[in-house]
Amino acid sequence: MNNIFVYIEFSEGKIAEVSLELLTKGRELADKLGVKLEAVVIGSALDGVEKELAQYGADVVWVADDEIFSPFRSQPHASVMSGLIKAEQPQIVLFGATSVGRDFAPRVSAALRTGLTADCTQLEIGSHVDEESGKEYDNILYQIGPAFGGNVIATIITPDHRPQMATVREGVMRKQVAQSPAKGERREIAWRECISDADLAVKIISREIEERKINLKGANVIVAGGYGMGSKEGFKLCYDLAEVLGGEVGASRAAIDAGFCEHERMIGQTGVTVRPKLYVACGISGHVQHTAGMDESAKIISINSDPNAPIHKIADYAIVGDVGEVIPKMIKYYKQNSK
Amino acid sequence: MKKALKIVVLAKQVPDTRNVGKDAITPEGTVNRAALPAIFNPEDLNALELALRLKEQREGSKVYILSMGPQRAADIIREAMFRGADGGYLLSDRKFAGSDTLATSYALSCALRKIEADIIFAGRQAIDGDTAQVGPQVAQTLGLPQVTYAEEILHVEDSSIVVRRRLERGVEVVETPLPAVLTVNYSAPAVRPQNARLIMKYKHSMTSSEMRANEHSLSANLASARDYLQIVEWSASDIECDETQLGLAGSPTKVKDVQAVVFQSKESKRLTSSDEDVKELMVELMASHTLG
Repeated sequence: MNNIFVYIEFSEGKIAEVSLELLTKGRELADKLGVKLEAVVIGSALDGVEKELAQYGADVVWVADDEIFSPFRSQPHASVMSGLIKAEQPQIVLFGATSVGRDFAPRVSAALRTGLTADCTQLEIGSHVDEESGKEYDNILYQIGPAFGGNVIATIITPDHRPQMATVREGVMRKQVAQSPAKGERREIAWRECISDADLAVKIISREIEERKINLKGANVIVAGGYGMGSKEGFKLCYDLAEVLGGEVGASRAAIDAGFCEHERMIGQTGVTVRPKLYVACGISGHVQHTAGMDESAKIISINSDPNAPIHKIADYAIVGDVGEVIPKMIKYYKQNSK
Repeated sequence: MKKALKIVVLAKQVPDTRNVGKDAITPEGTVNRAALPAIFNPEDLNALELALRLKEQREGSKVYILSMGPQRAADIIREAMFRGADGGYLLSDRKFAGSDTLATSYALSCALRKIEADIIFAGRQAIDGDTAQVGPQVAQTLGLPQVTYAEEILHVEDSSIVVRRRLERGVEVVETPLPAVLTVNYSAPAVRPQNARLIMKYKHSMTSSEMRANEHSLSANLASARDYLQIVEWSASDIECDETQLGLAGSPTKVKDVQAVVFQSKESKRLTSSDEDVKELMVELMASHTLG
């Protein structure tokens, strides 16, 4: 009882990366609290899923395995998860901030009448003293993340309600196989008791899921463009540089809002989090919204004509200059010096 | 004749966090809302557009805005009326102050029980919190199905609707019974512009508080004489709710600490756009095997 739960997203025979990242973090928190780590998988064709989850530290793997759970629908998922939480009383529940997690975790929070903090970037165990009542809280979950459009970092707590629930975006936490594998004991969820006919009222008529074509997370070099690229035409310089350097093209939200490139390339708080060997930020001012998704890159080059642009402060090489002038020169001198 | 629909759009007035200047965040990390323009939450405008398109498909249908916020949030209700909405409801009470998403969704749900909508639209998320929680929480609280990330309504019947949703890597078409909650994605069509004729029609619309504050003004006299100019204003006592679930006290999550984001300056090398500087940089990156 009062263990840590991690919701495991499972579709097309695969466990989502973010779920393994959360298990890694969950293992760390569970060890700190001296409790068990339990994974929850709701889907279909789940034979053997507990083996991989055990490697990432899951002591227990709860399973609801039936065709009605795949593809994902909000209500059956929310009802099964809420039912299991009511029965098992975990103290912490973590979800990936994917289109699935962000869809049904809020329903779980409303069903249980507890809090849910979106898009955390750090999770820690700490204490708290309520200033008004003087009441002390030990070993509660600090849910830390950007708030207010990424302009501040807030620490949120859920002092008086359980479980404490949070979502975390893919790529924010690191995944790591547990030092000593856990048991991964498979347990069946009594899901038929949790759902009603009304939960199955939404029908999926068709689905077209594309393979991920743009691979930002796997790229060693990322050339990202911002609003400072000036236009869709101007933005093409980013593609030119990325092609020469063998990299992938990313963009800030401002560039995407302006229509310079497709949404899938967004890096930052509402996009993808990346850690390439080299990040070239072109015409990006360096709003936290963006830097939250790239500031752990091994090397950062910033190109911005404004000497006071915040992006220059986190760059290893800060080039104060016009992107239209600098990028062609980078291409020229790279070609000149490579075989 | 097909059934006319009562359509409600949940909308929020938000500070424009996309254009935050230096004076918007105090050194203590609190937000100086006065330094930010208050705008109609962008994805709520996409939601309004889908609602208006649905209204046009069904003769006699009406679109109403439901918003919770301070008095000035009546501005976004008027803005929606200038774009084609038929009226609105403003939930305004000190008791709602400090609400997290759960307390907000509870208050909205109580108001929606009174309104009895056939379909409820909301933006996917608001730019001041980016949580995307209120729509699904309203659906759960009211026991309704939900369709998140909606971008187009493909077909509507009296008791069901077919919607295309935009996922991270593709699209899905679903059919849901009505009533239902739809949260609308930025990929839905952009909202139509304000209409000059509707601005003339609705520019004097007011909440009851605004009528009291501007007593004997032309606008207040017109609004009190014409029902269609009256924006419904409800306090906590009007929506038959459990007041312990409202506001700060009714919110499970608490803010323990807020900090302004401070950049940790690195030892950065400053370069110019000169040929020498760029050449030296590329040579250095290649020598260190960062490139190549």
